[in-house]
Amino acid sequence: MSVLVDDDTRVVVQGITGGEGKFHAKQMMEYGTNVVAGAVPGKGGQEAAGVPVYDTVQQAVEAENADTSVIFVPPAFAGDAIFEALDTDLDLAVAITEGIPTQDMARVNKRLSETDTRLIGPNCPGLITPGEAKLGILPGNIFAEGNVGLVSRSGTLTYQVVDNLTSRGIGQTTAIGIGGDPIIGTSFIDALELFENDDETEAIAMCGEIGGEDEEQAAAYIDEHVDTPVAGFIAGRTAPPGKRMGHAGAIVSGSGTGTAESKISALNDAGVPVGDTPEEVADHIESFL
Amino acid sequence: MKLHEYQAKQVFADAGIPTPSSQLASDVDGAVAAAEEIGYPVAIKAQVQVGGRGKAGGIELVDDEENAREAADSILGMDLKGYHVDRVLVEEAVDFTDELYVGITMDRAEGTPVAMVSRKGGVNIEEVAEEDPDAIAREHIDPSFGMMPYQARKVVYDAGIDPELTRDVSGVLNTLYDLWSEKDGADAEINPLMVTSDDAVIAADAVMNVDEDALFRQPELAEMEEDAAGGDDLEAKADEYGFDYVRLSGNVGIIGNGAGLVMTTLDLVDYYGGEPANFLDVGGGAKAARIANALDMVFSDDNVDSVVFNIFGGITRGDEVAKGINEALEQFDEIPKPVVVRLAGTNWEEGMEILNEDLVTVEQTLEEAVQRAVSYADEVSEQ
Repeated sequence: MSVLVDDDTRVVVQGITGGEGKFHAKQMMEYGTNVVAGAVPGKGGQEAAGVPVYDTVQQAVEAENADTSVIFVPPAFAGDAIFEALDTDLDLAVAITEGIPTQDMARVNKRLSETDTRLIGPNCPGLITPGEAKLGILPGNIFAEGNVGLVSRSGTLTYQVVDNLTSRGIGQTTAIGIGGDPIIGTSFIDALELFENDDETEAIAMCGEIGGEDEEQAAAYIDEHVDTPVAGFIAGRTAPPGKRMGHAGAIVSGSGTGTAESKISALNDAGVPVGDTPEEVADHIESFL
Repeated sequence: MKLHEYQAKQVFADAGIPTPSSQLASDVDGAVAAAEEIGYPVAIKAQVQVGGRGKAGGIELVDDEENAREAADSILGMDLKGYHVDRVLVEEAVDFTDELYVGITMDRAEGTPVAMVSRKGGVNIEEVAEEDPDAIAREHIDPSFGMMPYQARKVVYDAGIDPELTRDVSGVLNTLYDLWSEKDGADAEINPLMVTSDDAVIAADAVMNVDEDALFRQPELAEMEEDAAGGDDLEAKADEYGFDYVRLSGNVGIIGNGAGLVMTTLDLVDYYGGEPANFLDVGGGAKAARIANALDMVFSDDNVDSVVFNIFGGITRGDEVAKGINEALEQFDEIPKPVVVRLAGTNWEEGMEILNEDLVTVEQTLEEAVQRAVSYADEVSEQ
């Protein structure tokens, strides 16, 4: 079992003719992902990364039965690309693009509430079910099949924690990078719910960071609804207030909301141990298995 | 990106929000001439991006030429919480009877814009939010339709504003929302929105933060950015190189890829007893030249005693990183500060082969690399 993605997933890559889109479409296919089409306006009829390109997502769905989109479209046009994916009624859209204007995402968020499509990201590395398929840019070779679900706001921090797990022989059911922007499609709570309902996931690693209140809300959710043991990590303990730490969403406000302390104590109160180092997160996970 | 007060006021005034008459001045004579033209009393306000300007002596109210000259002389050139004051805004002093608050921001939890109004203007609104949350009325706005006029009236009524002022305050709020929406605002607020003795309202301060990711479609605001930046030289250099960079006060320089992992590296430096000197994210897919620029950045910070380089390659390739480190370090006869490198992920083995280990210390894990850099920094600072 796994969540959201497996070897039956049929992928259309929006932006497949761009440098990143083409490179990662190939990488996804090499990993075993079933990439069936690309969608790029004005490039219909061409071929890229070995698959046919269509002008619209709708055409890719009709011709190739795509059910999932991975979006590598530059930030100025990415909001539009997500709308197209949502309006085509796919099961899943994964937006890798970093730097989408927040107001574009507010409009996407509104449309998202009116459709059945799930959105992951934006500004995320995507997700992977080791041994089956990956959607996005995660380096497949560091993952291993296993029983730990992983959810994270940050790409490279995901890799770090996965590396700590895999190197001691602990594999993953699915790893999901939910993205570092203020407005994202899939929250910690959504991911936790998926893992809780997955029979094979025996433990969950959750990597948060400063900014917003998603981790606090996730802690409350875990307390009420999650029986699977969870270990946490929070990045940004040393971040000064008012400074954006790379991610648009990673900022402690002047009034002190969004601090690491508040997130760590909320998680601890929900019975979730929080590692001081990524290695300690792996220690906690190992103790759960 | 935060606009200066004078820039935000201009943007608000252009949209039709009433603001006091004012002029920008960069020398004492200019400030006095502006005061004479506006007419006393005037406020002379330092144009720097720090909170609490008034308490720090950056704002003075003056009622004649002698005092104007004295105030302008003391404020221009002063050091205000680390920022050099090179401009003042000379502004008509408003005779007010009440101070209100109006603001628009993005409610992250809801993923929707929210309008806020309060009778408790003139004080730090974040403190009001904490101590007396009911004193702020809120109304969520559907971004696909914008703020309906009734919503502006509703939130003004909900805030308990004097009904005589409903039309004016809700008018300002509607304009502020349109402005926020058109200009890709992150936050837009007026605090205080002053009520004058003849029941008019006027924006005595103006705050506008613009979404940096949207500057590509806001050319007029992007032009203001250069003016708004100010402050730290190293942060200006980081802008030039296109790095996400934040300067901190410690002595362990940090370079990495990906915001979460760089923050984690900072946290580990602190955890192992060191003090981080900076946050520097080279971003995804950095090539050799960019890596060399990152080292140049961190070396040019005099506070730095050692550097830890932590790369976990996804899009970023270990061999490119190693090439960049070699290129940057081979130009020195003597390495200015010890550099510890940890490479993992894509092409890390190739990177390790390329890396010139005479120039750097290599560690296998993140934890070991950080501890090594902290101990190097301790050795240097003990000398």
